[in-house]
Amino acid sequence: MTDPVLSLRGISKRYGPLQVLKNVSLDVYAGEVVALLGENGAGKSTLSGIIAGSRAPSEGTMTWLGQSYAPASPREAIDKGVVLIHQELQLLPELSIAENVFLGRWPTKNGVVDRDQMVRRAQGQLSRLNLHIPATRKVAGLSTANQQLVEIAKALALDARLLILDEPTAALGGAETEALFDQVRKLRAEGVGVIYISHRMEEIKQITDRIVVLRDGERVQEFADSATPVRTIVESMVGRSLDRMFPPLPEPQERSVLEVDGLTAADGSFRNVTFHVGAGEILGIAGLVGAGRTELVRAIAGADPISAGKIRLDGKDLSLRSPADAITQGIVMVPEDRKDQGLVVSHRIGENLVYANLDRFGGHWITPRMKRDFADRAISKFGVKGRGDQLASDLSGGNQQKVVIAKWLTRDPKVVVLDEPTRGIDVGARAGIYEIIVNLARRGVAVIVVSSDLEEVLGVSNRILVLAQGKQAGILNRDQANDVSVMELATI
Amino acid sequence: MFALDIKEQGRPSRNVLARFSGATGPLIGLLALCVFLSLGTDTFLSVRNGLNILDQITVLGIMSVGMTFVILIGGIDLSVGSVLALSMMIMGWTANIAGLPMGIAILSALVASAFCGLIVGLLVTSFRVPAFIATLAMMSAARGVANMITDGQQIVGFPDWFMMLAIDRHFGVLTATVFLMLAVVLIAWLFLKYRPEGRMLYAVGGNPEVARLAGINVPFVTIGVYIVCALLAGLAGIVLAARLDSVQPSSGFGYELDTIAAVVIGGTSLSGGAGGIGGTLIGVLIIGVLRNGLNLLNVSPFLQQVIIGVVIVLAVGVETLRRKRV
Repeated sequence: MTDPVLSLRGISKRYGPLQVLKNVSLDVYAGEVVALLGENGAGKSTLSGIIAGSRAPSEGTMTWLGQSYAPASPREAIDKGVVLIHQELQLLPELSIAENVFLGRWPTKNGVVDRDQMVRRAQGQLSRLNLHIPATRKVAGLSTANQQLVEIAKALALDARLLILDEPTAALGGAETEALFDQVRKLRAEGVGVIYISHRMEEIKQITDRIVVLRDGERVQEFADSATPVRTIVESMVGRSLDRMFPPLPEPQERSVLEVDGLTAADGSFRNVTFHVGAGEILGIAGLVGAGRTELVRAIAGADPISAGKIRLDGKDLSLRSPADAITQGIVMVPEDRKDQGLVVSHRIGENLVYANLDRFGGHWITPRMKRDFADRAISKFGVKGRGDQLASDLSGGNQQKVVIAKWLTRDPKVVVLDEPTRGIDVGARAGIYEIIVNLARRGVAVIVVSSDLEEVLGVSNRILVLAQGKQAGILNRDQANDVSVMELATI
Repeated sequence: MFALDIKEQGRPSRNVLARFSGATGPLIGLLALCVFLSLGTDTFLSVRNGLNILDQITVLGIMSVGMTFVILIGGIDLSVGSVLALSMMIMGWTANIAGLPMGIAILSALVASAFCGLIVGLLVTSFRVPAFIATLAMMSAARGVANMITDGQQIVGFPDWFMMLAIDRHFGVLTATVFLMLAVVLIAWLFLKYRPEGRMLYAVGGNPEVARLAGINVPFVTIGVYIVCALLAGLAGIVLAARLDSVQPSSGFGYELDTIAAVVIGGTSLSGGAGGIGGTLIGVLIIGVLRNGLNLLNVSPFLQQVIIGVVIVLAVGVETLRRKRV
């Protein structure tokens, strides 16, 4: 084989005491698709960020086309032909496709932007991707799949020799995924190297030539043959016995705490959902992205409006107009996005704990001592590694999540809803979160856990409610539930 | 088992310096400015001049408190100068043209001001108009109404006791207006720091979605803050009327910028969620001392504007750099 276009040798990355990458080496050749695989927090995003110049490695060297390569900025990487396409698309919706494709490097003639040339060249890149829409069209209103292709066209216009695709199919349907793969194959045939990051095992087997597995920041294994059984790959990703992480579940009580009857979202994101959660029971909610899981639990927590159906707590009908209503009744939520919904990250931990309990100070003055003591006790009770006067942004993901949970548990809630409780939390810290969740059930709290991580839902739930495209596909008991039965319902 | 009692208490605090964090840079700047002016002029460092400065900053001080609240929740209020003028004109009209007692005149001025704040608050929350636009509109509308009341004419001559509020130094030290400003600052400081309702402003400014999901009524807080800001602008108008013994509809022109400058120099972040009254007080003092000192040094008013511009950039720039380093 020829020389690789990109070589990484001994790449490490540390954030303070946290080492997210350890001595990773990787080669990418022209005209091949390499899958980068690993659990959340395995270091995939960090590694792709380093390759694309948005982060600098703490140690290690990179070679690009035979020359030493240490991009100081994404711009420098792009100039050399290395383009990262983010999970969240970075397009300006109000500008035309052509303008987006040439953003920041508009072709000029006599010092003014040459719009004709811009449109012509953008159109050329679009047709290279079999995308037959006028380049003069606004990006707003394009389907997600087409926006993805516009991003790729943008990369191609930059003469990309290496494309990093970070979960490109996360928001795509089956047919759209196929179309995208056709284009990726075409690029591969043209000699473009592709690093493909995804969680979807089937896709990876379809599109990639080679699979590199990261675990806890280390490169643990490489599979040169995409015919390797999925099970083998997953074992390599997880790398440990799964049972060990989850504490044993307590027996739920007979008494039903939360009953949801025919619940329908005002925006139609879920329809006619009916279930109940008993005291001391953990109900898992599973489903694919866009199945309406988050929307459902947000409605139960009063954060989003409903158009039909009933929520009953201890047999009493609730009408929730705001999160404050739900909280007063004893329903609290640990939201999906810790940094944007759970915490004010630029504020101290103590402040964050107090924000969720301001009404309990009802009319009293809050002395700094009261605040600090409250924070200190909450922190020690929930095993947060930190002090009340530390900024929330200084904590690791796991400790931040413990703060978000702790801020609610100080109120003795009846129902606790956790949406993606371990997203972005490193594996070691997850066990601590599971411990807290199971402890809640032991005390007779009704718990709902939403997760995209199938192992997590299976490991921590007494029963699992599966949603598919906003509809209730079924509820599985713990003894019926496994990855196959859940996925079957989820993909109905 | 999990539940925590809010009011249980433990050991006392140790870190005194931490309480002033955030405003240390401006505080050092203020002290440096005072030292420089004390050495550079022989008139600056005197009790009399100190009291003068306090008199000069009453209007700005009261307005800046309201602006601090607004900026803390991530908003902005461009209408304070116009609301001040409207408040003055309503007070003057009620007292001198309608001939009602001063008490009623002052009360109607304050009610009208608060009403302006209510409108802005409703525009921002219920109609989702950006605060910049809503208050820009209010700035224009309130100024227009202020002018309409007397067709642009000023009203002069109020009862003696009213004028004396800004002149008579009680115990030979503080005028009633200075005392009023200090009381407003103190109450606002205590409110922001120690009341649950005050902490809500930080939560809303830090991240409104986090605040909402934490059970805080964000629209209610927002409307309340704009009402308080407008109310304080109106109160500042009354103080200004006492100081001038007259009211005119062109008063307070450009005050919104001075006010925003004082808040920003004091370290309150324009993106919301960080800052406080302590910093704002320092910001107000910096502007007051600077104006006073530059006058003593016979610097032309035009050059003064340039210098204040430079100070704003310096204060905010240094603070931003300092935070980046940390």
